[in-house]
Amino acid sequence: MFSLIKEMMSYSFLVRAVLVGLPVSLCAALLGVSLVLKRYSMMGDGLSHVGFGTLAVATALNVTPLYVSIPVVLLTAFLLLRISESGKIKGDAAIALISTGSLAIGVVIISMTTGMNTDVCNYMFGSILAMSRNDVRLSLALAAVVLLLFALFYNRIFAVTFDENFARATGARASLYNMIIALLTAVTIVLGMRMMGALLISSLTIFPALTAMRVFKRFSTVTICSAVISVVCFLAGVIASFRYDTPTGASVVIMNIIAFAVFWGIRLLPKRRGTVAASSIASSVASTNASTTGGESK
Amino acid sequence: MPLITVRDASFAYDGKIAVSGLNFEVNSGDYLCVVGENGSGKSTLLRGLLRLKAPLEGRVLFGDGLRANEIGYLPQQSAIQRDFPAGVQEVVLSGRMGRSRGLLPFYTSADKASAEMNMRRLGILDLRNRCYRELSGGQQQRVLLARALCATGRLLLLDEPVAGLDPVVRQELYREIEKINHEDGITVIMVSHDVSGAAAYADYVLHLHNRQIFFGAAKDYAASAEGAEFLSEPKRQKRQESEVHNV
Repeated sequence: MFSLIKEMMSYSFLVRAVLVGLPVSLCAALLGVSLVLKRYSMMGDGLSHVGFGTLAVATALNVTPLYVSIPVVLLTAFLLLRISESGKIKGDAAIALISTGSLAIGVVIISMTTGMNTDVCNYMFGSILAMSRNDVRLSLALAAVVLLLFALFYNRIFAVTFDENFARATGARASLYNMIIALLTAVTIVLGMRMMGALLISSLTIFPALTAMRVFKRFSTVTICSAVISVVCFLAGVIASFRYDTPTGASVVIMNIIAFAVFWGIRLLPKRRGTVAASSIASSVASTNASTTGGESK
Repeated sequence: MPLITVRDASFAYDGKIAVSGLNFEVNSGDYLCVVGENGSGKSTLLRGLLRLKAPLEGRVLFGDGLRANEIGYLPQQSAIQRDFPAGVQEVVLSGRMGRSRGLLPFYTSADKASAEMNMRRLGILDLRNRCYRELSGGQQQRVLLARALCATGRLLLLDEPVAGLDPVVRQELYREIEKINHEDGITVIMVSHDVSGAAAYADYVLHLHNRQIFFGAAKDYAASAEGAEFLSEPKRQKRQESEVHNV
């Protein structure tokens, strides 16, 4: 195991990939908890498709992809929130519109310029080779900003996630905090997109949060657990992809699927045995929670 | 000056007028119950009072220097909250978020003390480490009430606080709200379609049916034609049954 890791560390592209991937998966997991609970799970997916479109444009114009992607995806996140807050188009429909629209634009631009080649495949499913030294610097800096803002706004993010109307009615600036969540998500998605792939990056926001929610019951513990799961799955995915020569992005997602299954199993265990520890709590929990668990397991 | 003055106000929802012709005042320390059938504009009015919705015409004035971050609010439960992983203490503390705190990112010890005091007052201190979604309906309402009390010292707005609770728990909650009104002098505005229960505790009643039908003291309401009809048990029960069927 250690020799394997040592061998991996001798490849500078792998070190760069880990340096970008770790902070990105950490940020994605933290924000994911709020996104999933606010029923914005598909937001990351929509934004990554927009990111695909901007990658195509950036390649056509021959400029550094991140310089085009970050502002455009930030703007999209802003628009998505505005559209769904105004209520004219429902949130999920707005995301579907924007994501398929930008995917189409991206494909047309690619076919007009470079043609459909391996680059396109890399955009879609990610490439471990894509990270330059410059990307690492930018990723680490932006990830630090995301982490700092998340820590500073943690209590506010909980308040607007749990009950936006209450937060708004009692004088909290809910729209501002929503905007911060969306913008942080946009930055995270763009950073992780080229390694994980436009089609796969949103799994980093959704999987760890849902996995953590199988077992933990408080926002604080769910958030922490989600961050840990995400980082562990990322590392495991990179190692597996190196060992078995599989695509990195997909391998990371596979690890997340395994973690999800394991956590689901952990949750089912005490129930099947019926009357293990704290049976009184468990039974009252089971009765009051019958409807919610039913809804969740769907 | 009254705490809230509503003058010739109307509120619209999706371009349709939901409730109009509103004229009433709420003074500090009052207990006002807003009644009416489903879809009569009660919740829309509440959103207006919370300043989540601007009046289409007329005016809603806040007196006595009442600021937005001095309002406590007990909303109807949303679907999101039913599977939300949140601890009781986390929820109650979040009531302190709107308090003027400048750029302070974390809760102070004063915030925590306020949360603890309100949890103790509502008898949920021993639930502080439990998961919110695993509590019974009555316990959940107490948690949300504690959160609302953390947010206010002056005005409490309650949206259908007893909906879906059994009669015993319902009475307990009414008594709790009455205590908050009497002992702490907090102004209470409650929206409810449990007329008989709510009107028994309130000082004033505002009856809506897409417009203002009655506003006055609770005892005058029972004597009025509108109140007598709305309060009369057989009709009332029939109506509630049909509401249950509609749900």
